[in-house]
Amino acid sequence: MKMNKLIFPLVIALAATMAATGCRKGTPKVTQIPGHNQPIVGDTGNTPTLPPGGQLPGGETPTPLPGAGITTPVGGGPLPENWRPEDMNQNREKLAAYTVHFKFDSAVVQDKEQANIASVGQDLTANANEFLLIEGHCDERGTEEYNRALGERRALALREALVKIGIAPMRIRTESFGKDKPADPGHDEAAWAKNRRGEFIVCTPK
Amino acid sequence: MKKLILNLLTISLAAAALNFSLAQEINIEKPGLFAQKPIPVALDGFSGEAAEVLKFDLFVQGFSFVSPDAAQYLIHGSDAGGVTGSVTDKFAHKMILSRSYNGASLRRQAHAFADDIVKATTSLKAIGQTKIAFKSQAPGGNGEIYVADFDGFGAQPVTSDATIVARPAWVPGRMALYYTSYARSNPDIFYHSLSSGQRRVIAGYSGLNTSAAVSPDGAKVAMILSKSGSPNVWICNADGSNLKRLTTGLEDSSPCWSPDGSWICFATKKAERRRLAKISAGGGEVQYLNTTGAANPTEPDWSPDGKWIAFTRMAGDFDICVMPADGSMAPVVLVAGQNPSWSPNSRTLVFNHGSNGHQTLSVLDVFTKQYKDCRRATGSNSQPAWAR
Repeated sequence: MKMNKLIFPLVIALAATMAATGCRKGTPKVTQIPGHNQPIVGDTGNTPTLPPGGQLPGGETPTPLPGAGITTPVGGGPLPENWRPEDMNQNREKLAAYTVHFKFDSAVVQDKEQANIASVGQDLTANANEFLLIEGHCDERGTEEYNRALGERRALALREALVKIGIAPMRIRTESFGKDKPADPGHDEAAWAKNRRGEFIVCTPK
Repeated sequence: MKKLILNLLTISLAAAALNFSLAQEINIEKPGLFAQKPIPVALDGFSGEAAEVLKFDLFVQGFSFVSPDAAQYLIHGSDAGGVTGSVTDKFAHKMILSRSYNGASLRRQAHAFADDIVKATTSLKAIGQTKIAFKSQAPGGNGEIYVADFDGFGAQPVTSDATIVARPAWVPGRMALYYTSYARSNPDIFYHSLSSGQRRVIAGYSGLNTSAAVSPDGAKVAMILSKSGSPNVWICNADGSNLKRLTTGLEDSSPCWSPDGSWICFATKKAERRRLAKISAGGGEVQYLNTTGAANPTEPDWSPDGKWIAFTRMAGDFDICVMPADGSMAPVVLVAGQNPSWSPNSRTLVFNHGSNGHQTLSVLDVFTKQYKDCRRATGSNSQPAWAR
C-alpha cells in the first residue's frame, strides 16, 4: 500500500503523458485527415474568361531612366501602349525574308544583318500606315526565363536599330518567345543558328 | 502494478529518445554538408500505394531503406483499412511514434504518417502534404499551368487557354497563383484565385511581363517588365497598382524575395557576364553575389529560413547549385537540373531535369543529394514552384 501511495500521482502524470505521446501499445493515437481529396482548383468545369485588355491599375508612368539625355535610349526607349498587334491585321510573309539571326547568347545586331534592317526600314518608311511587331527567339541552350529575357533583348536591339535609321519608336512593339517557338526543332548547331532570331510582322489597322 | 511501472519506464525512455533525436538535428553550418549520410530505416508491413508514398516521402527527405539489422529506426505498420504505424528507435531501444490515421484517402494517410516519422526523427517541418504548381508544355510550345501534390500526384490544370504559359508563383499561405500567359497575344502576368477560378491581369504592359515573385507577406509582386526598353526588375502591389522600376541593367531575369522581404535577388549581366545580384526591395544599389566556380548563374531561389540561395548554372547543360545567402562559402553543384524551388522547410528542392521537351519534375534532399522523379503530368513538366 505504501507503494500505491507513491505511485498514484504518477498514474495521473502517466495518463497525461500517454495521451500526449500516444505510446501505449495496441491503441495508437488516431489522426483524422480532413477533407476527401476534393479538387483544389475551383470551378474546373467553368473556364475562366479572359479579362479585357486596356487600362491597368495606376502607376503606369515609367520612372525616368537614370542618365536621361543619352542619345539612343536602350531598346529604342519606352514601348508603345496605344496599339496592340492582336487588334490589327498581321502579315508574317511580307518581311519574312529579312529575319535577323544572332550569335549564341548575344543580342548584338551583327554588321551582316544591316541590309535586312535597311530593307525593313524602307518598307516602314514607304508605308506610313504600317506598324511593326518584332518577335525575339532563342535556341534551347538557356533556361526558360533567361531565354525569355534574352529574346526580348534581341527584339529590343532590332527596334533600336530601326529607330537609329529613323523609324518612329512608337510604331514598333516587341514580343519574346524565349525558346518556346523554335523555327527548327532540331538539337544541333544548324538548328540552333536558325532559332536565334528576330522576326518582323507587319501590322496594319483593320 | 508491475505493468504500470514498466509503462512508466517506457515513457521516460521514449522521452529520452525524443531528446536524443532532437539533439541530432542537422547542423547545417558544418562543412561536408552536402555529403551527409541518409538516416537508415527498415520499413515493413506496408503494401501498394501506402508503401510507395512512404518510400518516396522518406527518400526525398534524407532516409535510406536497409535491413532491420542495419537500421536506426524500425518503421512497422499496416495499410489494411487505413494506415497504422509505429517507429522504434533501435539505438534508444524505444518506440517513439505510434499512430493510426483516418479519413481522406489512403494516400493522404500515408503522407501524414511519413510527416510524423520525419517530425519524430529529425524535428524538421514535414512536407508530405504540401503542393506545387508547374508548367506543362506540349510539343508545339503551348501549355497549361498545373497544381499537384509535391510528389506530382493529383495534378489538375489551372488554365485552359492552349497558349504559352510560364513561371507560376504561389501567394504565400494562400490558394492563389501568379503566372505568365500569352493568352492575350503578349506575355502578361495574371493573378488567379484557385478557389474561385477568378483571374485578372496585373501586368499587361507593352513588351515582356513575366517571372512574378510574391513577397513573403503577399503584399508585393516583383517581376520582369521591358516597358521602358530593357528587361528589368519592377515591383508593384498585389493588385498591380503602385508600379515602380527597381533595376536599370541591360538584361535582368528571375527575381525572388529574401524571406524577410527586404531583398530581391535576381539574375543579371555585368560587363557581358551573367551574375546573380540583390537589391533592396525599396530600391538602391545593386550588390553582386560571389558565385565563383558556378558559371552563368540564373534562376535564384532564396530558402525560407534565409540561409541559402539555390540557383541554376548554365554550362552547356544545367545544374542545380546552392550557396549560403551570406556568401560565406563557394557555391556547391548538387545535381543536373534547372528551376530549383525550396520547400517550406528549407531542406528540399523541387526542380526539373531531362532533355528539351521532355522535362520531368524531381524532388531533391539538398544535404544527401538524394532525389526522385515526381509523377509526370501530360507533356514536358517544368518551372515548379513549391507552395510555402
